[in-house]
Amino acid sequence: MLEFSAKNMSHRELNFALRQLVLSGEREIRVCGVCGHRYLGTGLPGPASITVEGVPGEDLGAFLDGCLIRVLGNAQNFVGNTMNSGQLIVHGNAGDIVGYGMRGGSLWILGNVGYRAGIHMKASHSQTPVLIVGGRSEDFLGEYMAGGVIVVLGIGCEGSTRPVGNWVGAGMHGGTIYVRGNVPGHRVGKGAKLAPCQEEDLTQLEVLLAPYCREFGLNLAALLGDPFVKLVPASPRPYGRLYVSSVGEC
Amino acid sequence: MESRQYYVPSGCATGGILHEAGEPISGCEIAALMGAMHERSNGLGGGFAGYGIYPEMADCYALHVMYDREDKRRAVEELLSGSTFLVRSERIPTRSTAGVVPGPDVWRYFVQVPPRNLESLTEEDYVVRLVMRINLELPGAWVISSGRNLGVFKGVGYPEDIANYYRLDEYKGYMWIGHGRFPTNTVAWWGGAHPFSLLEWSVVHNGEISSYGINRRYVEMFGYRCTLRTDTEVLVYLIDLLRRRHGLPWTALWAILAPPFWEQIERMRDQHKRAAYTALRQVYGSAMVNGPFSIIIAHSRGMIGLTDRVKLRPLVAARAGALFVLASEESAVSAVLRSPEAIWAPRAGFPAEGVLQRSEAVAG
Repeated sequence: MLEFSAKNMSHRELNFALRQLVLSGEREIRVCGVCGHRYLGTGLPGPASITVEGVPGEDLGAFLDGCLIRVLGNAQNFVGNTMNSGQLIVHGNAGDIVGYGMRGGSLWILGNVGYRAGIHMKASHSQTPVLIVGGRSEDFLGEYMAGGVIVVLGIGCEGSTRPVGNWVGAGMHGGTIYVRGNVPGHRVGKGAKLAPCQEEDLTQLEVLLAPYCREFGLNLAALLGDPFVKLVPASPRPYGRLYVSSVGEC
Repeated sequence: MESRQYYVPSGCATGGILHEAGEPISGCEIAALMGAMHERSNGLGGGFAGYGIYPEMADCYALHVMYDREDKRRAVEELLSGSTFLVRSERIPTRSTAGVVPGPDVWRYFVQVPPRNLESLTEEDYVVRLVMRINLELPGAWVISSGRNLGVFKGVGYPEDIANYYRLDEYKGYMWIGHGRFPTNTVAWWGGAHPFSLLEWSVVHNGEISSYGINRRYVEMFGYRCTLRTDTEVLVYLIDLLRRRHGLPWTALWAILAPPFWEQIERMRDQHKRAAYTALRQVYGSAMVNGPFSIIIAHSRGMIGLTDRVKLRPLVAARAGALFVLASEESAVSAVLRSPEAIWAPRAGFPAEGVLQRSEAVAG
């Protein structure tokens, strides 16, 4: 374990130091005194793990490529921007645009997320990104989602109608969003539709949530005992005929 | 790496700190808050508004005026001598600061309005007319603030450097707001830096006002003139119009500036609420602010953070004891609050408000 303070370091210096350490084979790093440093751990490969004390700045773990980053408090906006693989774990809340364009790896938030979480997530044949939110999400969850899985547990929202905000899954054409609790129809965005959870969904949720619950000390069985709803794309190719249809046909 | 030093990471920074019990806060605090968000600006604008900084002159309107021409100073001083009771005038002290190319000469005038001059106007209307007249008819002279017991200090540079340039460490006030600029659509010049201020209102803004043309034409109908070449200016005039002249409560202002969508209004169960929101959108459609924004509005009795209704710009709020803080980024809060009891991101279109509990020696 290597420990150091980021106090008095610019974000460039801090990221340079982290990159040098990870590339030279350091496996466990702990950084304290982080305060608004941007782009923390950008593109870092595995198998290193970095623990962050303090509030990291925008674009935490952008393009992450295998490294594990654990934040002990809150994070800001753009967490996991376009991350490719690895793990980002936040023991607090995160801001807006979490998991923007994420294409692999897993992103776990214990608390709430802001607006546009999981916007434009995408999957490929070999990779399925996973975003799990323990608390609630604001508007535009999974907007333009093209692949991957988002789970919102809504812990602390029990009995309320808003574990998620408005326009959930607006414009989505791939992937799946699971929400523990209720999502009223008027909160579903254009392009998404509600679907009941089947046996295979519950199996997938169990697989995804087991390590998440271990990390945060949550009761897996109790969470899985509650009803979940699922949001899926209303169409896999909503714009397929946008430029080919003749007048009046679209 | 060296070849990429030109890269600027994006932005605009907004921040504010209020002591709700009215205790004085040093200008160093707001400089530290804004300095912690250095990355959000690009050195093309920084500024501050301090409230409660002129307690010994609290019964005078404090006009902060920028001059880029000496002859305009004589013209303004002549105008003020003729139309107000000029209690005191002085050049605002500055200090040489690395990173700030000295800009216009900035003066402050403490004035009172002789009652015989008012005729049918209120004192505030009189001051607004005076400000509009100087900014419109005497180009080269710009009134950047005009409230009582408050003042704006702004220019071209990073906010922490602008704070040093204006010696804000020598001022104390119960509330400060600050701004670091990253101009995108309009020119970077001293008068175009934030905050924008008129009477007791000051605004700092991250974002852009897509409805600027509509909003501008609307306030012009009521005698305001946009002369400072930054879209944010129109927000101050909207607030003065809606709050002071139309006497609307703050709750109505949110419903006008960042209203719910029509489909959300239609779903409101309370029919009176639905009717009120509908009426405000119909009557004040031209005052709706479109486009991405997060703003901090300061007034004599507190400050308010507000984002656009789909939250396209960031804002966090925090409290520690009697201190209320707003900032673009959570990390900056720790620059001024040791251990906040609460820290949260206000929901889109919903205000985060700090309220001054004291009634004497407020600004206004």
